[in-house]
This record gives sequence, structure tokens and C-alpha cells, in this order.
Amino acid sequence: MKAHGTIRSAFEKGGRFERLWPLIDAAETFFFRLPVRTAGGTHVRDAYDLKRMMMIVVMALFPCMAFGTYNVGYQFYASAGLPADHLACVLKGLTVIIPLYVVTFAVGGFWEVLFALIRGEEINEGFFVTGALIPLVMPPTIPLWQLALAVSFGVVLGKELFGGTGMNIFNPALVSRAFLFFAYPRSISGAGVWTLTGGTVVDAYTMATPLHLGLEPKGGIVAHLAGNGFDFWRMFTGLEPGSIGETSTVAVLIGALILILTGVGSWRIIVSVFAGGGAMALLCNAFAPSDASMMALPAHYHFVMGGFAFGAVFMATDPVSAAGTNAGKYVYGFLIGVLTIMVRTLNPAYPEGMMLAILFMNLFSPLIDYAVVRLNMRRRLRRAAG
Amino acid sequence: MAVDKKIFLDPINENNPITTQVLGICSALAVTSQLKPSIVMGLAVIAVVALSNVITSFMREYIPQKVRIIVEMTVVASLVILVDQLLKAYAYQMSKQLSVFVGLIITNCIVLGRIEAFSMGNRPLPSFVDGLGNGLGYAIILFLVGFFRELLGFGKLLGYRVLPESLYAAGYENNGLMVLAPGAFIILSLIIWLQRTISGYRED
Repeated sequence: MKAHGTIRSAFEKGGRFERLWPLIDAAETFFFRLPVRTAGGTHVRDAYDLKRMMMIVVMALFPCMAFGTYNVGYQFYASAGLPADHLACVLKGLTVIIPLYVVTFAVGGFWEVLFALIRGEEINEGFFVTGALIPLVMPPTIPLWQLALAVSFGVVLGKELFGGTGMNIFNPALVSRAFLFFAYPRSISGAGVWTLTGGTVVDAYTMATPLHLGLEPKGGIVAHLAGNGFDFWRMFTGLEPGSIGETSTVAVLIGALILILTGVGSWRIIVSVFAGGGAMALLCNAFAPSDASMMALPAHYHFVMGGFAFGAVFMATDPVSAAGTNAGKYVYGFLIGVLTIMVRTLNPAYPEGMMLAILFMNLFSPLIDYAVVRLNMRRRLRRAAG
Repeated sequence: MAVDKKIFLDPINENNPITTQVLGICSALAVTSQLKPSIVMGLAVIAVVALSNVITSFMREYIPQKVRIIVEMTVVASLVILVDQLLKAYAYQMSKQLSVFVGLIITNCIVLGRIEAFSMGNRPLPSFVDGLGNGLGYAIILFLVGFFRELLGFGKLLGYRVLPESLYAAGYENNGLMVLAPGAFIILSLIIWLQRTISGYRED
């Protein structure tokens, strides 16, 4: 402890390493009790702060991480036609997940620390949630250098450029993914990247995700999916190819329960994303030319396919980039749902629309809030006048 | 007659038409997906800005205030047509690649901006230098954007492959974002960020 005290004084204001103070500050808040005491009168307050809020989101992500790890291994052995027990699946999955997380946190942490040092601010924990999310929205085959570039892009251009944690317009994790989507489309779209394979793939195994199969259905779309092994329950539980964390709707729902019960995630947004998606799916059903069309897919299938549930629960609810007013949250969420289904069904170039829909509505959330506040003011003025 | 050095140097860094005044963005995005058209476009704009500055400066005493914009545009338009015809005659492929954007130099705010702001109130020689400086300030940014977009988007420079095959064999891929217009936005904004951080410029 004494050594720590001597080192500490060198970093304080006027010390030799004054510029590196944020590093000591971060280490201290992690490992020690703060030496800072309140001087004036005390106030009773909840210890609920940004740090705890972030940790709850990371905890809510745990089921998705765990299931994703298992599923990567499961798909690996299934594609090779090898028998494997649960432990082997988990171990294989860990060999994929751990490097992804190490790279994400090393690169993201580097930028966070660099910007904190340049700006002379405290290093905050803003990257925790973003860093936990990014590997979960990646395909298991993503090259690590591309991941590192995407994380840099998301953190620097998606967040730090706007002023750091809490100031960003877009969800930084989705900015990272969007970067990869447009810069290296071969690594994150198409039918071949969603399963880690050992080179040979057995005939019985379907590499494409359910959403890809939906693009060109042969016969009725539900029957076509089931014919390839993707019935509703399999997609609901999540043993299918896809981005690492998104496949299991069950795991996402457990996370949603944690977020809603603790009040961290907005139930208004989650519910309205599903409502919007459901409404748009029903509308598409009504106008579907035939059974053999993506438009004929029932709403509950949309909910369990691709990243719909994951995006609704973990991405759309980001309190920084989502709408802030209660009425605005309904509009924001509803339009995300509508747009997602619109992209999925009506635009054959993009099988999945969740990422683009959320980023698009991130852009509009300030406008939605503005409109809600103005309308409320007008309503109250009228009431006061009447 | 001595010309103040600042007239030439200011627009290249401190008062750059693109990074500080944010003018001429349209063409900076449109023609910069490769290096060669960026350079040609930069040269064309240098020629038009410098010459139109000189010509309007000579005429500045005789142009009636009320119709000055029309006269200025006539001068600029003539020069743009001249440049366009020259390109068609001597660099036909390049002219086809640049397509309408050479003709659109006439709408480039930098050209009319310099005439209005400088040459209408200054003698021909300083006006010429001012035109050169602003054209060069524009051309340098176009060069940088074109350089990075072609290097990262195609792995080439001026059409020649510069990134070694061994890099691709090791798993490297060209960045598709750089080929799209948003790539130009991102490169341009990074240059603006860097330049403004160094010069300390702040928008009010």
C-alpha cells in the first residue's frame, strides 16, 4: 500500500506523470476504495451508477454468450458430421469466442485509454457493454484483423468523435458491424460465413441461415424452411447458423427479463419493436403473391429468425441512441420493427434488416423526441388557454 | 511588385477551401475513388480558379455591381468549357471518366467564392496567386482522398498494383467501403479532423 501511495503522488497534479493520471484513477476505482471523502453534509443516495447499470447489461448478455459459445461448437461438429458431446462443443466454441473477446477489448480499451489521456478525462466504463456486444453480432468465421478494424471504427468514429460515452448518435456496436458489412461484405454476408467448418461439410448440413433460405423458397416458405431442418422450435431454441449471440431466442428472452425487471432496458422499446415487426409482417402476409415468397412468412417466424429478438432487446434499447421520451420510445421501437420486416421481405439484396433499421432510427430518435416534446407543449398550452 | 506570401500559403493550410470552409465537397466525393481522376480534377480546378481570378480582376473596374454575378459566371463558364474541350482533345478516356464533373466546376463554390471575395477587389497578380493557392489547397485534399481511397479500396495507385500479392495471400482484403461514396466522406472527415486539430480552428 505504501508503494502505491508513492507511485500515486507522482501521477497527481504537478507530479511527473500528470498526463497519465486517468490510468491510476481507473486502476484505483477498480481495485481499491477511493481515498476521497465527502466534506460537507451527507445525503442518502442510491449507489446505482453507470458502472452498475453496465454490469447488469453484461449479466443479461450472459445467456446469449453461453449459448453462442455452445452453438458455435455444435455447428462445427454438425457441419463435419462428427459426433460430439456437450463438453466438446463448448470447448470448440471457446476457442472461437475467447480470441474475439480478447481482440475486441484490447483494441477498444486501447482507444478508450488513449482518448481519456488526450482529453484528460477519467477512463469510464462505457466500452464494457459495447465490447460485450460486438463479438455477439459477428459471424464465428470473422478474421481477427477485420474485427480489430471494425472495433476501432465503432469506438473512434461511432463514439469518441461525438465526445465519448453518452454523446454518440449511433449505437457503437452496430456502427462496428455496419462498417464490416460495407467494407468487407464477403466476411459478414452470404451463405458461407455463419458456420465455422473444418474444411469438409457433409451433405445433410445446411450452411445458409434461415433468412437466406427465405430469399428463394421452393414451395411454401414455412414448408421450405422445415424441409431444411429449420422448424419454429429449432429457431426458437437457437441451434442454427448465424451471428454468435443472436441465434437463440430463449437466451435473448432471459436477458430481456433481467433488463426489464431491473429497469435497465426499456420494456416500451422492446414491446413496440415486436409490435411493429408483427404489424408489418401481417401487412406483408395480406399482400403476399403466393406461399412461396418471403412476404408470406408469419410474424412469429420473423421474431425467431436472424437478429430480430437480439436487436430488439440489446441494441434498440441502448439508452444513449434510443428516443428518450416515453411516447417517443413507442414510435421509435415500432418503426424499427416495421423497417426490419420491410428490408427482409421487400429487398432481396439484404436478407437481414435489423442492423440497418436500428441505425436508421437512431438517426431519427432526436427528431422523434423533439416532436413529442413540442406536441406535449402545444397540448398543455391549449389546455391552459381553454 | 511583391505579393504577400500569405495569399498563397493561407488557403493551402489555415484557410483551406475544403477543410476549413467546407466548399467544393460535391466533387471531392464524386471523383476521388481513384487517384488519377482526382489529380486531373485538381489541376482543372487550379486552372479555372487562377485564370478566372485574373480575368475578373482585370475587368473589375468595368463590371456594373448589379450584373456582376452574370459577368463572373460567363467568364467561369468559358474557362470551364475550355478545360473540358482540352480534356476531350488530349485525354479522352479521362474526360469520359470525369464525365459531368468537369462541367460542374462552374458550380464549385470555390471559384465564384474567390472571385467575389478576392479578385473583384484586388489587382491581377495577387488575384492570380490567390487563385493558385486556393486551387492547390483544393487539389491537395483531393489528392489525399484519392490516394487513400484507391490504396485501401483497390490496393492500387494510379492503376498499378502496389500492395504485394503476399499480403492478400495472408488474408488481407480490399476495403469495399472506400469504393463507395461514404468512404470519401469518412476519409474527408478524418482529414478535416486532423487538420483542424493541428491548426486549432474552431467553428463558432
